[in-house]
Amino acid sequence: MTLLLNGAPQEIAGRTLAEALAELGFSGRIVATALNGDFVPARKRAETPLNDGDRIEVVSPMQGG
Amino acid sequence: MASFYGFEPGNPLFLGTAQYPSPAILTDAVKRSGAEVVTVSLRRESAGEGAGQAFWGLIRELGVRVLPNTAGCHTVKEAVTTAQMAREVFGTDWIKLEVIGEDDTLQPDVVGLIEAARILSDDGFQVFPYTTEDIVVAGRLVDAGCEVLMPWGAPIGSGRGLNNPYGLRTLRRHFPDIPLVVDAGIGLPSHAAQAMELGYDGILLNTAVAKAGDPAAMAEAFALAIRAGRLALEAQPIEARDMAAPSTPVMGKAFLA
Repeated sequence: MTLLLNGAPQEIAGRTLAEALAELGFSGRIVATALNGDFVPARKRAETPLNDGDRIEVVSPMQGG
Repeated sequence: MASFYGFEPGNPLFLGTAQYPSPAILTDAVKRSGAEVVTVSLRRESAGEGAGQAFWGLIRELGVRVLPNTAGCHTVKEAVTTAQMAREVFGTDWIKLEVIGEDDTLQPDVVGLIEAARILSDDGFQVFPYTTEDIVVAGRLVDAGCEVLMPWGAPIGSGRGLNNPYGLRTLRRHFPDIPLVVDAGIGLPSHAAQAMELGYDGILLNTAVAKAGDPAAMAEAFALAIRAGRLALEAQPIEARDMAAPSTPVMGKAFLA
């Protein structure tokens, strides 16, 4: 299926958010996720199914004021 | 010293971590400022990059508290989701809540701010709202659960100092027991000293240090100014007056005319 990962189209085979993150190379990273604008806690990624056209945001720490 | 949700820093400088020439200079600036809290943010992470991981490692080595922000958020929904993501990544209930209402001034959307503050406070967050000096809005934020208020001095990054000292003084007098931090618009250490002399409990700044020619030296200058302003307040300054009053005693002066 095709997802929007941080605003860019991405082909994914995984069926859950956890599988998609592993497939995309985020394993072991300190990141937070949102699906279609809603926060998904790390503990719920494995039970969060994905659908074609979903918007996923993956964020990590950055400098801020 | 004021208590920010139970935390009482000896040095009430909240230092931003953005825009430094290098990570090493950021580290020097934080150390030399003596800041016990730094602000941080979130950004989209690309799989191959890992810059966020390196930055987070640097901050953890500094051993300071972090205050994550919701910079760039224009809606309540965006700000709430960002805060939730920040809580998980940074492992803190603290959130510097920004809901921006206007792009030229980065003025807070105070209506959205109050709504987001209520949602987040109810969800267990300890909210540091970036607001204006409006005392009615301040009261609503306190009602929404905020135990700290952060009015702007001037637009973010402008370096103009305290645009409305009268408004900031009024806010201070209306909320004598709420910790108040001037957040944004500070350009010079004298601005920070002025805010502390008004009775403010802390200063949050970033650009004035990060974009200075020597950020680490400027960080120390701000720390000194904040300490000076606080000390001056405690020492009870004199009132300004319109006419001169001789400081040297006139009694006993030789008559030479």
